[in-house]
Amino acid sequence: MTVTLFIPCFIDAVYPRAGISMVEILERLGHRVECPGEAACCGQPPFNSGYWDEARPIAAKVLQQLATAEAVVIGSGSCGAMVKKFYPELFAGRPEAALAQAVASRTWEFSDFIASKLGVTELGAKFPHKVTFHDGCHGLRELGVKQSPRALMAKVQGLELVEMAEAETCCGFGGTFSAKFPMISTAMGDVKCASAIETGAEYIVSNDSSCLMHLQGLLTRQGKPLKTIHLAEVLNHR
Amino acid sequence: MSERENILGRIREALQTKAPLPGSHTAGGATTHPVSESPAAQAREWLPLVGATAEEQLALFAKNAADLKADFQPLASRAHLKPALLRLRDAENWQRIASHQGELSSLAANALGLPVLWTDTGYDVQAMEQCDVGITECDALIAQTGGVAVTSRSAGGRALSVLPPHHIVIARRDQLVADLPAAFALLQQKYTPDFPSMISFITGPSRTGDIERILVLGAHGPKKLTIFCV
Amino acid sequence: MSSFVSQFKAAASVKTADLRHRQVIRTALRSYEVVRDKRKAAFQSWESARQAAAETKWEAVNHLDTHLEALTAKLEARGTKVHWASNAAQAREIITQILRDKKARSIIKSKAMTSEEIHLNDALEAAGFTVVESDLGEFIVQLRHEPPYHIVFPSMHLTRGEIKDLFQKELGDAPSDSPEDLTMVARRVMRQKYLTADVGFTGANFAIAETGMISITENEGNARLTAALPKTMVTLLGIEKVLPKFADLALFLPMLATAGAGQPMTCYNTMYSGPRQPGEVDGPEEWHVVLLDNRRTELLADPEQRDALHCIRCGACLNVCPIFRNVGGHTYGTTYSGPVGSVITPHLRGLQDWKHLSNASSLCGACTEACPVKIDLHHHLLHNRRNASTNEPAFFERLSYQAFGLLANEPGLWWLAKKIGWLTQPLQKLVKGSALDPAKAWTKTRDLPPLPQETFKDWWKNRK
Repeated sequence: MTVTLFIPCFIDAVYPRAGISMVEILERLGHRVECPGEAACCGQPPFNSGYWDEARPIAAKVLQQLATAEAVVIGSGSCGAMVKKFYPELFAGRPEAALAQAVASRTWEFSDFIASKLGVTELGAKFPHKVTFHDGCHGLRELGVKQSPRALMAKVQGLELVEMAEAETCCGFGGTFSAKFPMISTAMGDVKCASAIETGAEYIVSNDSSCLMHLQGLLTRQGKPLKTIHLAEVLNHR
Repeated sequence: MSERENILGRIREALQTKAPLPGSHTAGGATTHPVSESPAAQAREWLPLVGATAEEQLALFAKNAADLKADFQPLASRAHLKPALLRLRDAENWQRIASHQGELSSLAANALGLPVLWTDTGYDVQAMEQCDVGITECDALIAQTGGVAVTSRSAGGRALSVLPPHHIVIARRDQLVADLPAAFALLQQKYTPDFPSMISFITGPSRTGDIERILVLGAHGPKKLTIFCV
Repeated sequence: MSSFVSQFKAAASVKTADLRHRQVIRTALRSYEVVRDKRKAAFQSWESARQAAAETKWEAVNHLDTHLEALTAKLEARGTKVHWASNAAQAREIITQILRDKKARSIIKSKAMTSEEIHLNDALEAAGFTVVESDLGEFIVQLRHEPPYHIVFPSMHLTRGEIKDLFQKELGDAPSDSPEDLTMVARRVMRQKYLTADVGFTGANFAIAETGMISITENEGNARLTAALPKTMVTLLGIEKVLPKFADLALFLPMLATAGAGQPMTCYNTMYSGPRQPGEVDGPEEWHVVLLDNRRTELLADPEQRDALHCIRCGACLNVCPIFRNVGGHTYGTTYSGPVGSVITPHLRGLQDWKHLSNASSLCGACTEACPVKIDLHHHLLHNRRNASTNEPAFFERLSYQAFGLLANEPGLWWLAKKIGWLTQPLQKLVKGSALDPAKAWTKTRDLPPLPQETFKDWWKNRK
């Protein structure tokens, strides 16, 4: 199958290793990977801030780039939710509505694509560490992705997953929320980090880099040894 | 124009635009597809399970009542009521009781050998407040919840079941219903169109968790609820 | 910046740094989650029950005029006086006038968020009446002269020690700090008030159109006593409280209890269909029911968010909300706090003044998942953001998104921006977290990630 991998702006500019891991995993599974060169961002920052008119041109560009894709895979629950769930709402009653619906129906979050769509869980990965998993809220609640990452991690050699307390509670990133209300965002992040530290894990793994950027930022500032890593990098670790 | 007409007018104007049905919110599309006339009518299928037989339901009622910290005493016959009540009277040193006229409530109240405040023809609230116990009948026991349904007609008014510190319910075995839908159906059938002005589902003794979410019984209503079933 | 948003930010800054507050709320809610999950699991199908509850409320709200007329006709047929109030001032005036007509002096109240909404206590006290809140939590916050912290648990922010000190100071009676002892103090104080109050005031949880009833849910028995002993009873409720059928309560009562407090049923669920009827031995001689609009019809006029009127005020969305748990109920500065408050307050009190509540959310969706009547809460926060930005865009914010759009849609510019970011990151380190740092909202508490020299797109291009 030809997989169109949409790399979110975060992964492109800050966490290229996560994107590279996705490419390598998909190719090892025998799929042809395409990365549309001109789509930079899904448009979520303006969309979530209420600037839907400003989000539409960005989203329209993405739609145009993904229009003919057989399967769209996005390495972030949050950007995945934007394309899969919010594009149809953003373009409701507009000329792009049908395209938005069509693209949405072919769009997958990365881990869910591997585990549910491809039905593969054994990726031959080794990651001999104790980890805990953070479900990004958009992946979890907008897309309903909960089991796939766990099914994949269960097959990683040496990986020990310890679920944290209040595992489904938001980490406090929330896009522009983290800058508009940094005190609340930070308090939420502190609660999350404390839950993660309590597990005794070495890594917080997540399928959303944006949550990890927020958590890693707090951990680094506070001098905590706990590290963060994207699920794709774990699954590509050999 | 009256405020009633103003408000109803605003409502009618607002409802000119149809709202999407529950669960169809994502695309923002309005729909006129009608929902079921009575979506809650099948509530029985979703509420907590109750046993199929009367014995199972009685056992469930007993379990639920115990969880609620109510004292449930199923009795083998009416003859067992008096000794059971006397035990309570002596253990709690009752001085005065309040009750209402009824086949079972009168039987219970008269068995105690104590002064009885009868509510049937009106009563003094200060005197009721001094009573140790309020004895009432009820309309139903509900296995699903471990609670009882009383009304201002079946239970001697509004206050008798809630003002004295110990509420005693005397129920017949055949008043046990399986679940909440059955209880509502029973009340509706029994009283339509002339409902008692108060219907109350009492599920355990009065309680509060307003201080550090710690359970305390007897916040304002009864600290104790005893249910005799004969 | 409106004064409301600056007040919110100031209060949020204080509360989020208050680790003791965080611990008190966490402790208070920990047992809630356990029992709620246990009660939900006892349902044969909680999800089907939610859908049915949502559809029932949809029916009620989308035919509100019909149901209200049926309700009113039934209530009036049994001697209840029904009043209609378009706004808070009218409601206060109606209630004050009833009290004057009855030559009342003392009023015993059971818990009613609608009365908080119209600031009834202040108005009644200003008019010379004595008002006592009978719900324990409400009584405690009334003694502290503060609004309820939470719509269901008004005093959950206070510890037993604080309540003991309060009772000692205000009532001169606090034998110990045990919740049992303190509850009994309130019980003793309140007993005589029930017996002597001229008027009993209640709110309502549901109104039944089919049978003309008001249903009140409570645990303590204070509403039962309030509706039993005083000669006059007044009930204030929002027009959205109506349910079509009596039997609907068989679904809603256990759902309210489960979602709100993790109980199978609340202790007392009581349906009133009139004042004392012929042949009855007690109950009020007069019953006044006041139906309150207070801009609910504005929410009704927004079909996209009309389902916010489905709310049964169970408090479940507050309990699960990480924002609520960190900023606390008082920070909102609204009658209804938490997610549902953030959704409806802009409709009830003005979008531009209250839009910050919709922005103060990570849109995590825990509220929507918890809502027993399936209100699309977190998406409505997004809708409020959209409406606020469309009606009155913030100049610089819009400009920055327009610029961001240009950047994102122009691969050359996007590449350049990434390179500039990479090149300037050593400079950012020099000013990290200080007033000069353009990213200080982030960097005050968090490090920025190091930017790699080779972005994903560089790697992809080089690889080809």
